[in-house]
Amino acid sequence: MIRHQEDIIIQTICRMLIPFMQVYGLYVLAHGHGSPGGGFQGGCIFAASFILMPIAYDLDKAKRRFAERRTILFCSLGVFIYAGIGLLCLLLGGNFLDYGKLSAILPVDPVMARYYGIAVIETGVQITVMAVMVSIFINLITSGRHEEEMRNTHD
Amino acid sequence: MKKKFLGVALAIAALMILLHGVEDLPPWGDPDQPASLHVSPRYIEKGLTETGVPNMVTAVLADYRGYDTLFETAVIFTAGVAVLMILRRSAP
Repeated sequence: MIRHQEDIIIQTICRMLIPFMQVYGLYVLAHGHGSPGGGFQGGCIFAASFILMPIAYDLDKAKRRFAERRTILFCSLGVFIYAGIGLLCLLLGGNFLDYGKLSAILPVDPVMARYYGIAVIETGVQITVMAVMVSIFINLITSGRHEEEMRNTHD
Repeated sequence: MKKKFLGVALAIAALMILLHGVEDLPPWGDPDQPASLHVSPRYIEKGLTETGVPNMVTAVLADYRGYDTLFETAVIFTAGVAVLMILRRSAP
């Protein structure tokens, strides 16, 4: 379906660009507390770096870096982290998603516990957004037939 | 022809009703409109002291409206699973 073309310029630029995109995605996540940013935006930037890989190289190489089983695992892991933090607050005697109660297990006061609770759930959002974007992209460009795609590139 | 005329008449009637409703809305950017008086002052005045987050948007998004963001994440997860269920075909 997708012809594999070698292009040394695109491949070199992507090889240099991808690490910076990933660091920038993490920066946007970490700076969500003080400036525009957060899990949704950071996750999209992070996913763009993984989407660049099948565009510049071939799908086979991208899938070796980010296997489908791991993608699906990360999709649910982010929601699990978010809901798990909420449930943890419930177990510590607060309301669902009442991060202030996390001060019982963190060595900080309730206000800073809210700060760190928000950081953890933003990380969960980032993981889910990143994995879902990559999963949807790979399934759409191959119409859901990655294995045939991989076999064709081997021939 | 008669159907087209009826459609145009209905659209104009609906437009008139909506424009009549717009008359009663508060002016654009009015600080005393009901939407600005309900919970916004609490977020603006106490957001930093209650959550410790300097970015007001993050404080509202992840703390005050935590449920909303949780299920937004769940919606994205559902979209990914739906694409997977519809498109994914393993090799025969």
